[in-house]
Amino acid sequence: MIKVFDLWKKYGSLEVLKGLSLDIVGGETLVILGRSGVGKSVLLRQIIGIESPDKGYIEINNVRLSALSSTRRLEFSKNMGMLFQGSALFDSLNVGENTAFYLRQHERKLKEKEIQKRVKEALEMVGLGGTQAKLPSDLSGGMRKRAALARLIVYRPKIILYDEPTTGLDPITAMQINDLIVQTQRELKATSIVVTHDIKSAIVVGDRLAFHHDGKIREIAPKSEFFKLDDPLLHQFFENAIIPEEFLKDQKNQRQ
Amino acid sequence: MNNNVAARILATVGDYFVLIVQVIIVTLRRPPQWALIRDQLFEIGVLSLPVVAITGFSTGMVLSAQSYFQLSDKGLVSATGLMVAKAMLVELGPVLTAFMVTGRVGASMCAELGTMRVTEQVDALRSMAVNPHRYLIAPRFIAGTLMMPLLTIFSSVMGIIGGYIIAVGYYGMPSNSFLDPLPLHIKSFDIFSGVVKAFVFGIIIVTISCYRGLTTRGGAAGVGRATTQSVVICYSVILISNFLLTIALNSSFEYINAFLQRIGRL
Repeated sequence: MIKVFDLWKKYGSLEVLKGLSLDIVGGETLVILGRSGVGKSVLLRQIIGIESPDKGYIEINNVRLSALSSTRRLEFSKNMGMLFQGSALFDSLNVGENTAFYLRQHERKLKEKEIQKRVKEALEMVGLGGTQAKLPSDLSGGMRKRAALARLIVYRPKIILYDEPTTGLDPITAMQINDLIVQTQRELKATSIVVTHDIKSAIVVGDRLAFHHDGKIREIAPKSEFFKLDDPLLHQFFENAIIPEEFLKDQKNQRQ
Repeated sequence: MNNNVAARILATVGDYFVLIVQVIIVTLRRPPQWALIRDQLFEIGVLSLPVVAITGFSTGMVLSAQSYFQLSDKGLVSATGLMVAKAMLVELGPVLTAFMVTGRVGASMCAELGTMRVTEQVDALRSMAVNPHRYLIAPRFIAGTLMMPLLTIFSSVMGIIGGYIIAVGYYGMPSNSFLDPLPLHIKSFDIFSGVVKAFVFGIIIVTISCYRGLTTRGGAAGVGRATTQSVVICYSVILISNFLLTIALNSSFEYINAFLQRIGRL
């Protein structure tokens, strides 16, 4: 359904994507694991159309994105949605207005009553019922993420991209977000790509797992086989998943 | 290295003009929602009234006091009113209003869009298939270009009132000798020049502030840097373009005058 072929992207002199190729099947949840700062989010930004690749192409339902005019491209992303790492709620609008944003922009024929009903449903689904009048600045990080998820759910996108959905959250809130992603997936029957370095999250939400390394997809496998793969870099990633790398280095230094 | 800098400057200027063209195309193709324009009209127009009034009024007073003082020993006192009115309408009104609007509106526009940019809110708009140019810039562009001329006229009138109060109230100049020369010598060309300048300054303020805001990088510090830069660039561009506009308008005085007279006859 989504085909990424030989994608290259460079920022200044920094090569972030180096010929990344990937196929995503309709209806699945693909988790892309990898260390922070290796360009996992960059891939999502290319797919949703915030940026365009230097080389290579992305096809969604056999439509090549680079072949579309910018207006058509924008139109095309109507059935796509992205959950941003920092939630990216519009801070001049309250939670209700944020959630209603897409409907007010694109579904002009909807009656105000219908919009309010759908906003209420979406907010209740993420456990934020009755918070319509609150401003994003009044919410905690976890609540903001859930509100951002409600803003997505309300317009039922067919493709959902999650950029580090659990980063910066405590373990319990992270688990709630994971459950919500699974629930969203079940209800919307969407195709999802989750980019994360949180292995626990990957196990809960993913159907297939991929390992991103050095600008390419190094490994990709169904969840049941992924952890049996014999790849030293992948093992290193698993081992260091819980203890941050810097901390390990310090320990080594102390031992010497 | 020098080549690099030159190339970067050229690229930025090019990007900036592309943005202006895109905003105009997007606006013409499908105008932004009225509610968004209304908010900006209020923000740029109504909320700027006090500061613009104070600026115009005090400048008019100073101008009047200086003119009267400097001209009195040369027997040119009767020119005070004309001096104040002409200066306010064609030069000080447009430029000072543009400066105040840059500080009050341009800076906040740049900071707001910059913050939206670094917190991915601009990306979020795109991800929901909303064109940031239409949603964020077009309403500001429309409101800015409409409101600047109105604010400028308001400011100039406040200046003339301030000047009148000082000349007549403080220096005891006869009211007639302040007011009588005005309708005689102030031509529609003067008002036209002021309005054209204000219109162009409106475009400059909105587009530079929005462009700099949307290209912000690097968190809170980046937003601060962008805001400072956008204000400094706005001021410089306003002053330079004011000079160029003055030359251009004055040298095409005859054509503009003929044009205005034709409109007047209709």
